[in-house]
Amino acid sequence: MTGWSQALSAHPAPTEDAATLTGNRGLQLEEKLIFEQDSAGLSGVDLPEPPVHKSRLGGLERREPIGLPGLSEPQVVRHFTRLSQKNYAIDSGLYPLGSCTMKHNPRINEKMARLPGFADIHPLQPASTIQGALELIDTLAHWLKILTGMPAVALSPAAGAHGELCGMMTIRAALTAQGDARQRILVPESAHGTNPATAATCGYAIDPIPNNARGRVDLAALKAKLGGDVAALMLTNPNTCGLFEDEILEIATAVHAAGAFFYCDGANFNAIVGRVRPADLGIDALHLNLHKTFSTPHGGGGPGSGPVALATALASHAPLPWVVHGDKGLSLLEHAEGLAARTIGRLKGFHGQMGMFVRALSYIMSHGADGLKQVAEDAVLNANYLRVRLAGTLSQSYPGSCMHEVLFDDRFLKDTGVTTLDFAKSLIDEGFHPMTMYFPLVVHGALLIEPTETESKASLDQFADTVNGLAVRAKSGDIAGFHAAPRLTPRRRLDETGAARKPLLRWRPESPSREAAE
Amino acid sequence: MRYLPLTPADRAEMLAAIGATSIDELFADVPATARRAGLVDLPLAQGEIEVERALSKMAAKNIAAGSVPFFIGGGAYRHHVPAAVDHLIQRGEFLTSYTPYQPELAQGTLQALFEFQTQVALLTGMEVANASLYDGATACAEAMAMAHRITRRGKAVLSGGLHPHYREVCATYAQFSGLEVEALDPSPGIVEKIDLDNETACVVVQNPDFFGELRDWSALAARCHQQGALLIVAVTEIVSLGAVKPPGAMGADIVAAEGQGIGNALNFGGPYVGLFAAREQHVRQIPGRLAGQTTDTDGRRGWVLTLSTREQHIRREKATSNICTNSGLCALAFAIHLALLGETGLTRLARLNHAAACNLADRLAAVPGVRLVTGSFFNEFALRLPIPAAEAVTVLAEKGVLGGVAASRLYPERDDLADLLLVAATEMVTQQNIDSYSDALAEILR
Repeated sequence: MTGWSQALSAHPAPTEDAATLTGNRGLQLEEKLIFEQDSAGLSGVDLPEPPVHKSRLGGLERREPIGLPGLSEPQVVRHFTRLSQKNYAIDSGLYPLGSCTMKHNPRINEKMARLPGFADIHPLQPASTIQGALELIDTLAHWLKILTGMPAVALSPAAGAHGELCGMMTIRAALTAQGDARQRILVPESAHGTNPATAATCGYAIDPIPNNARGRVDLAALKAKLGGDVAALMLTNPNTCGLFEDEILEIATAVHAAGAFFYCDGANFNAIVGRVRPADLGIDALHLNLHKTFSTPHGGGGPGSGPVALATALASHAPLPWVVHGDKGLSLLEHAEGLAARTIGRLKGFHGQMGMFVRALSYIMSHGADGLKQVAEDAVLNANYLRVRLAGTLSQSYPGSCMHEVLFDDRFLKDTGVTTLDFAKSLIDEGFHPMTMYFPLVVHGALLIEPTETESKASLDQFADTVNGLAVRAKSGDIAGFHAAPRLTPRRRLDETGAARKPLLRWRPESPSREAAE
Repeated sequence: MRYLPLTPADRAEMLAAIGATSIDELFADVPATARRAGLVDLPLAQGEIEVERALSKMAAKNIAAGSVPFFIGGGAYRHHVPAAVDHLIQRGEFLTSYTPYQPELAQGTLQALFEFQTQVALLTGMEVANASLYDGATACAEAMAMAHRITRRGKAVLSGGLHPHYREVCATYAQFSGLEVEALDPSPGIVEKIDLDNETACVVVQNPDFFGELRDWSALAARCHQQGALLIVAVTEIVSLGAVKPPGAMGADIVAAEGQGIGNALNFGGPYVGLFAAREQHVRQIPGRLAGQTTDTDGRRGWVLTLSTREQHIRREKATSNICTNSGLCALAFAIHLALLGETGLTRLARLNHAAACNLADRLAAVPGVRLVTGSFFNEFALRLPIPAAEAVTVLAEKGVLGGVAASRLYPERDDLADLLLVAATEMVTQQNIDSYSDALAEILR
């Protein structure tokens, strides 16, 4: 029977709740792997038997069974439904992960992306049969250009880190074209890990820049590091401390004076969308995460989309393909020729994350200029409201107002015996997803909270009351619950060290680990 | 605005609590010259009715594959996706959850990824697989970079049968990371000569290759291993592995594949799902996320993301890749579709595809002037036409048949490929479609 645990007696229920015969606990249902539910020969898809024909596989027929299990449709539907019920989601509650912008994902976006005219078209169809798709891409690009104030947008990058790669490659290409072989990239210590990883992928050496006491880039330190060998600065703005880089114009001037480019990680664009144009800040390249600011769903880790806005000096190096206007309407420029002769080349198969473009455009059209400005304002308002609601109990890392997210550190937990991790895990039992923990690295035991604009005041109040209540409890010495947390989830704290020491990355028949199951 | 829950009264009350007189005060750190007083130059907010109307109008300008006889492949394939797949991936708990960094709140996603990794490993015949990359082409570039890390050698040899987009993405990545790429000329129907030396980190081949040809790469694998190089096998049509000997059985060290064909729509090229599988001994060099099995404090089986010391959020510039967001939901769609198919369903699906392609190949090759170039194939093959293939594609489209991909679209500089047409047939193709195609082609070439 699907999902029933047979080994329950060996592992009595872990919490104070009464044990059940099944291991299930009300709506929390245990579920085995599909491989453990195999009924050989079953299939959830009925297909006709192919007509008799002579094989032309050239002797390369698969001779061994694949090893896939057989299940009927109801079993598969139940399996994945049960799995889904073990997940937290923005649909179910506040998801205050800093720098992740977990906002509501409108369902009209999903409906539009599934129109056959968008979902059921092939990337290599003739241009005459995909004019609407190119129009959508062109419209989205136009609006992203308006929102960033920048003259060009490359749409093909598949995610934020891929956008970074695209931006850094265009920078390197532009410098190389000038015969300039600069080798260093300056990256603030508060940067997302993708920034240094991207610069390294692009063949650069990374030089870290410290923060100042106000949580911003130390301008003097930056100026001291700038020189003829620096290709670019990669800066996140608003930064990962939730602060606007208020000396950004001086930063841009210094970077440009040194002959370097200014790359901006736009992961936090939600704080300023519709209110501030990155072009007005002196930025040369900036990626946008459509799966953050523009509401395309995170899907448990992806897919995303990372368009990159480019200044004139970089635009001619944009990756293939380009959408161009011609006398036969819109078309795709797919090779390094003509207008695109200086392209860095292709970064991805086909043309980019079309499904995400549809969703993002649907979102932008829904909000319009007025709604997007309100998005930024409400996002900043909500974060500041949480900041003041939590200021009495938590320790804010940098005093004063914040942008769309607010950073605390673990000073408020000093001498309590409770760590940032314990504190975050205890929020889980209260029904909240924890905030981002231990990032950014520039403060000790970071707790980075981003509520987004799609939370109501009541939702923020409930969260603040909970966090404050937990902080008071931690300080009162009542800490046993923190170390035991979470207690009410389908699984309690998981042994990550053990998982890494002896990696078990797939199911295998007769695997000894099966005995440990349930 | 329907997505914003704050009321004007809420906003006023919250500003008062903050101690700000206006929202502008909270943007005081923005330099004055960059503060915009008014609105950006975009239309104003619209209701769901207006948005749906405008986007539907755009969608209607496209010819949907399902509305015509359709035979395009070339790295993206139109397969039937059971209704249950789309229903399940739209459950909010999957659709609207983040990367499973808090495992206690994401056991569903993590277990599904563990199942996905197992399915990919089984299908490719490899020992381990990751939790997905962006697409097949970027997976291929990552495989090349991984081979470089493992062998500490600087040269990658790319087969002429590798999908040109994969070749181009590899070349783009390589030009910045300092790898040397030797891309062999495409030579449909001819077995290419691949030379290795002691600087070769890897050879990248594809099966079936870009022109549809099936090849056994076992001998090449042995040569690679003799020379201390790795064999990377790309697979652009994952359904083929329901019928064809898997790369793992040929001795591949890394498999980089496009998983779109299972569970995912054509979507005009994305989002797709990059599959990445390797040998266990190289697991610490794999790019991207890995779900792993472990136990919780009560000793119960559970799942976590593991070996994260390979990844950018821990290792920063020393990470194996800069990838963060991957193709999670597309991987889930893949896992659900493959769970539905099972062994019986997938193998039958693959046989149906092969049967349809054999039928189509016979019909089209019977049209005067048309020659079948591909000897052994799965569901896609190449034809030589007596006219430029690009012209045929255009005229066929005018006749309401999406008849394939002209090789010249991908290799415009190669005159010898100008008459080459790639044609694919999946289980979605009907006998009537095949009749329409062969009639239309015969008419064009008459």
